[in-house]
Amino acid sequence: MASSSPTAVATRPATPTLRRLAPPVIFLLLALLPLASALGLPGHWLTLVTRAMIFAIAALSLDLVLGIGGLVSFGHAAFIGIGAYGAGILITEGQTELLVALPVILLVCAVFATVTGYVSLRTRGVAFIMITLAFGQMAFYFAQALSAYGGDDGLTLYEKSTLFGHDILGNRTGFYYVALGTLAFCYWLARRIVSSRFGRVLRAARENAVRVTVTGYDVNHVRLGAYVISGMMAGLSGFLLANQTDFVSPAYMSWPRSGELIFMVVLGGVGSLYGAILGALAFLVTEDVLSSLTQNWKIIFGPLIVLFVLFTRGGIAGLAKKLGGRRDG
Amino acid sequence: MTLSLLIVQLLNGLQFGVLLFLVAAGLTLVFGVMDFINLAHGVQYMLGAYLAVTFVGLTGSFLLGLVLALAAALLLGLALEFLVFRHLYERDHLDQVLATFGLILLLNQAVKMIWGAAPLSVPVPEFLSGNVRLMDGILYPVYRFALIAAGLGVGALLWFVVEKTRTGMLLRAGASNAPMVSALGVDIRKLFMIVFAFGTMLAGFAGAMAAPILSVEPGMGDTVLILAFVVIVVGGIGSIRGAFVGALIVGLVDTLGRSSMNDLLRLFMAPASARATGAALSSMLIYLVMAAVLFVRPEGLLPAKGRS
Repeated sequence: MASSSPTAVATRPATPTLRRLAPPVIFLLLALLPLASALGLPGHWLTLVTRAMIFAIAALSLDLVLGIGGLVSFGHAAFIGIGAYGAGILITEGQTELLVALPVILLVCAVFATVTGYVSLRTRGVAFIMITLAFGQMAFYFAQALSAYGGDDGLTLYEKSTLFGHDILGNRTGFYYVALGTLAFCYWLARRIVSSRFGRVLRAARENAVRVTVTGYDVNHVRLGAYVISGMMAGLSGFLLANQTDFVSPAYMSWPRSGELIFMVVLGGVGSLYGAILGALAFLVTEDVLSSLTQNWKIIFGPLIVLFVLFTRGGIAGLAKKLGGRRDG
Repeated sequence: MTLSLLIVQLLNGLQFGVLLFLVAAGLTLVFGVMDFINLAHGVQYMLGAYLAVTFVGLTGSFLLGLVLALAAALLLGLALEFLVFRHLYERDHLDQVLATFGLILLLNQAVKMIWGAAPLSVPVPEFLSGNVRLMDGILYPVYRFALIAAGLGVGALLWFVVEKTRTGMLLRAGASNAPMVSALGVDIRKLFMIVFAFGTMLAGFAGAMAAPILSVEPGMGDTVLILAFVVIVVGGIGSIRGAFVGALIVGLVDTLGRSSMNDLLRLFMAPASARATGAALSSMLIYLVMAAVLFVRPEGLLPAKGRS
């Protein structure tokens, strides 16, 4: 490649610069999108990107355990479901206050993550993938059995959550910025976690758990901590999802949903955090554009995914890195 | 539950288990030997069923249709191996998962476009129709017996090939340590091709055999895929014996759970709530079993020997 010549290297940004620049650019573009919407971009796009940002929160949370911690959780959709059902059940019972719903949801997610994480973390590798799948499926069937809240058919919400009684989620642009703000907060938090001592131990344990244990850290404690934080973050996205679609159903927790989250992370580039956001955006926007073209959009989407995997390495973040001119690292 | 009902449910569980074994055996061989996570394995089961619909309809003969369907499933499988899978062997698991997920989307949609979204069926072949009288008042369909027999027969054949032939020896060695087998001068590419063809055939056979008793519809492979994964982690990855034991456990637990959970709960619950809880619990049952097995034995019940 031409990148081997010194001038080419000099003019192309190196990876650390890219990693520093990519997130602000992404968030700036996202923040400006409603402006484009005001200038005539169809309103449908605002809804779509809001939805994509909500899934980006979940993908980001998964990247924290999968990419940073090296733990492939195949049951992450359960947390989205808990968040969504938390919002749905409270609203159905007449409690729309966001400041009540959020603590409840975060607490339930944390408890569920602690219990299932404790059991799951006794296993490694494929067994971990399958045991998290098992817990995800249990949550799925539990939701199906909630006949008081729609059971298999799901639950329609006739109101949205409110903040101090204000209907801040009722306005499309307002909702957009709430989702963006939540995503930005979660990204900031994830970055802080990764660069903290806790995050370093988590990353080190991914590379060599034995060495970390020998240094005196309890690897399982650190992993469980990451799993709980990640579960709460995914619950947050479930809460937003329920409010956006005004509907909750067991399908939110089905295993293909957990699979899709993994695909978003891999699509974006495992372990890069901002890649998870790009992956979720790319996944949902491509899905939407293709499905508006033809009813049989999956016949295009499927091969696109296959070709993408065959011809790129390291997902979108890896592709960006390659275009950035650095091939090693 | 009466004794006669129990016998019928045991047979149903056995039949379901045998079917799962055929799918899981191929999946675990591919995974064990090639360290390749093939999510598209369930789709190959679905293709087997659809090809059976077409060829049985075309030839009018079940056996001829079955043979043609198997041949076609094998060809499709090899084409996929050549076009896609072969380029993924060296990649990490997540790349494999992503690419084979893409194939699931493509093939499910292609099947929907070719055969339509409505469920199809294959008539039970005439020479296997009717019922066998087991005891007074217990009739069991001949075809289901044939399916159990065919599954066990294929299982025995597989056992013979894997345990008693040179190819089988290489397969077992590959499941334990593929780089070593390759270093000893075995053409690993060719071995992979054989394993893959094997797996495809088994999944296609399961699909084709299930076609007369199940509704053939798009997405039917996805459910079976996840169950097959449950089977191989319960049984132990890479092990055919493990897949067999795991498949029987999952088949029996699932079938018996569904048929008896309701009655069991009704002993100490109101009928309405027993029905709701029973439905949820019986669906959860195999996942509870899997979580319990993995908790005690993370390697599964009968892991392949020598696999670290």
